[in-house]
Amino acid sequence: MEAAMGLMRRIPPKLTETALSALLSLLPDHSSDLLSQVDQPLQVLCDVDCGKEFILCEYNRDADSYRSPWSNKYHPPLEDGLHPSADLRKLEIEANDIFAIYRDQYYEGGISSVYMWEDENEGFVGCFLIKKDGSKSGHGRRGNLQEGAWDAIHVIEVGPEEEGIAHYCLTSTVMLSMTTKDESSGTFNLSGSIRRQMSMDLSVAEGHLCNMGRMIEELEGKLRNSLDQVYFGKTKEMVCTLRPPSELLQMRLPDSRDV
Amino acid sequence: MAEELTDKQKIEIAKWFLINSPPGEIQYVAKDIRSVLKDDNAYETAASESFPLYNKSHLICLQLPDRSGDVLVTSFSEIDENEYLDPRTAQVVKVDHVKQVCTEMRPANDEELPSPYIEEYRCALDAESIKYISEAYPKGFTSVYCVSGKDVEEPGSDFELVIVISAARHSPQNFCNGSWRSIWNIEFKDDLQMVEVSGRMQVGAHYFEEGNVQLDAKHECRDSTIFQSPDDCAISLINIICHHETEYLTSLQASYSNLPDTTFKDLRRKLPVTRTLFPWHNTMQFSLTRDITRELGIGK
Repeated sequence: MEAAMGLMRRIPPKLTETALSALLSLLPDHSSDLLSQVDQPLQVLCDVDCGKEFILCEYNRDADSYRSPWSNKYHPPLEDGLHPSADLRKLEIEANDIFAIYRDQYYEGGISSVYMWEDENEGFVGCFLIKKDGSKSGHGRRGNLQEGAWDAIHVIEVGPEEEGIAHYCLTSTVMLSMTTKDESSGTFNLSGSIRRQMSMDLSVAEGHLCNMGRMIEELEGKLRNSLDQVYFGKTKEMVCTLRPPSELLQMRLPDSRDV
Repeated sequence: MAEELTDKQKIEIAKWFLINSPPGEIQYVAKDIRSVLKDDNAYETAASESFPLYNKSHLICLQLPDRSGDVLVTSFSEIDENEYLDPRTAQVVKVDHVKQVCTEMRPANDEELPSPYIEEYRCALDAESIKYISEAYPKGFTSVYCVSGKDVEEPGSDFELVIVISAARHSPQNFCNGSWRSIWNIEFKDDLQMVEVSGRMQVGAHYFEEGNVQLDAKHECRDSTIFQSPDDCAISLINIICHHETEYLTSLQASYSNLPDTTFKDLRRKLPVTRTLFPWHNTMQFSLTRDITRELGIGK
């Protein structure tokens, strides 16, 4: 399992899906570990009742069907599929509505879905998903990207309420790939995935949704920021180590030849 | 649930992982895939087939057995799968692909080397290329090979040389590896008295401290110059290459500086369109916004 995770850390992120299915076939006994530890790009289905798309993940799956957050129905239809309790479903509906606005404000497009379920320790878990195609043929407003995929997965465990306080534990993953392509500079692709955690004890006075939302917004912002500043920055640094930019060269070689 | 994999399938999977290893990381991938496979025979077969492909496509550089210099492993210098020509020293080295070392060397035969006429062009280009990479790449290697017409003895026929440039940087302790590879095909067209240049540049970088982020950038370009004496050809060809590579580096830097405000924004903005954090506390506003978005038909 450790070696399998080692491979996932090295294989180009855009090949994650192929790598995961290869590992699943080599290590059938570890399939549940692999599926829970390796994040893969999100898939989408269309809810036949309302025509809206929803995101698929392990948390809305039962057998080979997936529950839509819009109609609460399984696709393909499934008898006795698991459903959240009425109270939790109410929160789920509200979360989906609000998260769609959040998504539109940050992403200017894309698809979002929120799923909730009860867990064993009297609390519940929420899974907030966003998928965005930022390419010029997708939802890329500025039309800069030949290919652009962003998948965000936020899983937040909410502990039982004690004296007005609840414990929240959030795990967020972002996977992305973006490619620009043109005649003069060729193809330029950056792809990656990172995962971080954050835990907080918060008063539930303003409601769970408000607490969960703030934590997700904060951690998602941090992930975006560290991809932009740290991770992309490190690859840029590497390029400049391999071939230092000409300003640096000219400083070293004032008499460099005419080009 | 899953059916048992055949040996052939296991080997294919192992090869896929090995060949897709990032720059400088195949040994780590090999160690991991070996322990995932739990089948040494399948691993050995996969390794013996994948390492030569990886080594050649990554243009890896190996130290000569007598430590007198370095040799690049490329498909242009391949005599057979384990033997590679080093035209600069006119030596042929034996390569152990899986260990990534040279084990033996011998002087090249006459048939393995170009004619004196071609060698004059090759050698002049090699000398200029060495000068150029020592200025442009802190840890670069270069070599020039004749890939067609190596037996041409005098003016009157076409021939083709290839300049290979390879620079790699491995710093696993800093969770970062990368490589720059360029391949320049130089076609000497005798009838047209022209030299056609076509180049492929590929840059990769991998940063993996608590994550996995990779750069994969490629570019191709073409140019030409007039057929002159070996020395004049070498100078003008290396000037052309220097010009294109410098331009490419500039365009890579431009791609990076466009990221925060344009490119990356198409995936996710830094701040919402409202330019303030999302008002989670204000549910009233949510229902209001919801009504507005519905009315304007923006909502999905």
